[in-house]
Amino acid sequence: MSKVPADLKYTKSHEWIKDASDGSVTIGITDHAQEALGDIVFVEVPQKGRKLAAGEACAVVESVKAASDIYSPVAGEVLEGNAGLSDAPEKINADPYGTWILRIKPANPTDLKALLDAKAYEQMLKDEA
Amino acid sequence: MGKRTALYDTHVAAGARLVDFGGWDMPVNYGSQIEEHHAVRRDAGMFDVSHMTVVDLDGVQTRAFLRKLLANEVNKLHEPGKALYSCMLNERAGIIDDLIVYYLRNDWFRMVVNAATHDKDLAWIGKQAQPFGVKISERDLAMIAVQGPNAREKAVRVLPADARASALALKPFTALKYGGFFIARTGYTGEDGFEIMLPPAQAAELWQALVREGVAPCGLGARDTLRLEAAMNLYGQDMDENTTPLESGLGWTIAWEPAERDFIGRKALEAQRQTGTKRRFVGLLLDDKGVMRAHQKVMADGAGEGQITSGTFSPTLERSIALARIPAASGDAVQVDIRGKLCKAQVVKPPFVRNGKILIK
Repeated sequence: MSKVPADLKYTKSHEWIKDASDGSVTIGITDHAQEALGDIVFVEVPQKGRKLAAGEACAVVESVKAASDIYSPVAGEVLEGNAGLSDAPEKINADPYGTWILRIKPANPTDLKALLDAKAYEQMLKDEA
Repeated sequence: MGKRTALYDTHVAAGARLVDFGGWDMPVNYGSQIEEHHAVRRDAGMFDVSHMTVVDLDGVQTRAFLRKLLANEVNKLHEPGKALYSCMLNERAGIIDDLIVYYLRNDWFRMVVNAATHDKDLAWIGKQAQPFGVKISERDLAMIAVQGPNAREKAVRVLPADARASALALKPFTALKYGGFFIARTGYTGEDGFEIMLPPAQAAELWQALVREGVAPCGLGARDTLRLEAAMNLYGQDMDENTTPLESGLGWTIAWEPAERDFIGRKALEAQRQTGTKRRFVGLLLDDKGVMRAHQKVMADGAGEGQITSGTFSPTLERSIALARIPAASGDAVQVDIRGKLCKAQVVKPPFVRNGKILIK
């Protein structure tokens, strides 16, 4: 069974969201997502300043098997993409929750409340299995 | 639920990730697909390929039948056990399937064809065989491909003791039969090794014995990156019934001589050979970051557009490689449309990697 840390928020499309409590959040992909994708070999991150709508494709994670879009969980502005992933995309496989892909400033912090909590995401994985 | 090979439970117990492949539940990877790939290039790995179709052809006219059925020439096979790679064409020279045929006796040949084309292949072969009175029997055999520079050495240790010396002595593209075992020095990875056919009931035991010898279980994911590096075509992706061998980098598998051999598709192929092909089948090496995938568009300046037939990330080259069908007049620099972005790629002559060595600059 894949790991689902209790302190994070989740989306149905397998992103995790960590509230940095400074008005920004970091976004990555879940253990389940990295396991399904397999060896990740390339990550494309968005430019700083890009405005994102909720659900908009904002990054691409490519494994040997397939390319997968990362969707912004909420509306907001890109603060930075994780530049370190360009040389070491495999870090996502090794440590999915310790490796963020982008950091954004949500337009409405209250939007975060609507995201899945760990329990709901875990239930969703169970239902999908 | 898909069809299962005799090794299904073994794969599940090993924690394999299973996917549907041509109606079969097959392992795509056990752990890291890249590590499985490297195991085959550097040491030894194994694949369950029991989903492939094994067909025996019996009858005094079998040779004559195969000279009609196949674009390659079975009369090249003189020694029992010798294998030949060939395309099986329709009248338009479109490829119905690609296969390996083994010559065992004058009245007995064995063919291995793809799993995804099982039904149409058997229907076609059965129909064409009728006038020759050749009996077609599908064999229920498990098949394990053990591949890599150390594959043969490791594999013989788990074979029946009496078969070891003769298995080691097999020349490339030859096979031997030993009891219920059929051992061939063939493969689909660009490395040395064996493909071992055996009774399904014995497959799990042989697999576990190979694990104990340090042969790494590998999934279809690694099999795909290995065959792509070796530029071995995948049926249904790099070629199908709408492409001819001349348009698929398989001109070398057509036996034009003797000129009077009237194999199926010959007329259409001769015509295409006269007029020349509009498209050529090439390798692509991506200069930019990203991964080329099947069906992406290839733009050749002034020459028109082509298409990627297979693309992936090459673990050996650590960059993206692809096979593509592009306009014959294309230059060596092209652009690939990767998800809306134009990326630079070079046209290269495949294969990219064979026997552990990088063959392109």
